[in-house]
Amino acid sequence: MGHIGTRKIMIKGLWEENPVFRQILGICSALAVTNLMLNTLIMGVSLIFVTSLSCVTVSILRKVTPSRIRMMVQTLIIASYVIIVDILLKAYLPDISEALGAYVGLIITNCIIMGRCEAFARNNPPWPSFIDGIASGLGYALVLLAVAFVRELLGFGTVFGYPVTPSDMTRWTIMVMPPGAFFMLAVVIWIVRAAGSKSDKKEGGAETAAR
Amino acid sequence: MELGTTAFVIFFAAIFTNNILLTNFLGMCSFLAISREVKPALGLGLAVIFVMTCTSGLNHLVYHQLLVPFGLEHFRFIAFIIVIAAFVQLVEMVIERYSPVLYVVLGVFLPLITVNCAILGVCLFMIIRNYSFVQSVAYGAGGGIGWTLAIVAMGGIREKLAKAKIPTPLEGPGISLIIAGLMALAFMGFSGMIQMQ
Repeated sequence: MGHIGTRKIMIKGLWEENPVFRQILGICSALAVTNLMLNTLIMGVSLIFVTSLSCVTVSILRKVTPSRIRMMVQTLIIASYVIIVDILLKAYLPDISEALGAYVGLIITNCIIMGRCEAFARNNPPWPSFIDGIASGLGYALVLLAVAFVRELLGFGTVFGYPVTPSDMTRWTIMVMPPGAFFMLAVVIWIVRAAGSKSDKKEGGAETAAR
Repeated sequence: MELGTTAFVIFFAAIFTNNILLTNFLGMCSFLAISREVKPALGLGLAVIFVMTCTSGLNHLVYHQLLVPFGLEHFRFIAFIIVIAAFVQLVEMVIERYSPVLYVVLGVFLPLITVNCAILGVCLFMIIRNYSFVQSVAYGAGGGIGWTLAIVAMGGIREKLAKAKIPTPLEGPGISLIIAGLMALAFMGFSGMIQMQ
């Protein structure tokens, strides 16, 4: 796997097979943490950390794991990394750890990680698996940040906690409440799929694969 | 009496005002995947109610009787996952042996439940909110019923929707999310009815 391989995997994770809007995976936590950008960022970083390292571990152990119990092994590997993240957050960012609450623990059941372990890391050497994990995590984090950006901007009038809109603008309280998350994610998926199908038609199949 | 009342309030709050699916976004993956028709949605819902009620009680015991006395709180994620997986496996075997009818209804859904984040979510929430045993079981039962209510309603809507004309990029997950958003709006009408502490 040379330089080209690495780049291809990155593009695949970020766009072509983006976990959130292409495969509709892992949206449980995608929606819950997106009312503030800061929380979303921390969640995204945690997820990238867990995904990449569990993919590496699964890949290293791929030859010695009996395939019958591989799900259990993968879950335990993921859970161990989530525990590390949980302890780190509690130690260094107690406020954010409080705000994220149970959702840090729910990274374990996030289907993205399990999906990547099953689909890629199980049959590939450690380095490509690592890149694949980072790419999927990054693709997930970017979509989350986009959703959080709109929700925080319209709901609180701020970006990362800094006020940007004029103070007399009416806040869209609905955006920071649960229904806002559903609507925003639907709109993001709509836009991306519409854009995707258009460019697919223009460029044709081969071009799409290279992009 | 005090304990009984709060458990009652938690039970109803978990169904309506704090619906685990529509306000906490838990169990979305299977919600979107299995909600195309009412019947399978109901089957999955029943399995979730059963497993969620039992595992919330079990995990409460495991956490407070086993992990806390030994100072192993950080291992709760692993412990909970193992309890849930083992319980699901056990239920599957028992049902297969004693009730083939029930196995036909629930059997295919049981393995799916291990990775349903709503189950783990309920267990983690009950630890964070410091519920007692009775309250945890009430929360588990309420959460399961609330989840079932949402997925069955969704199945009903999507059955009708199959005939509707929808913009192509919005088909599938997109429109489901918008419906879920509308349902969340409707469920917000319940807020204020019960206050969850």
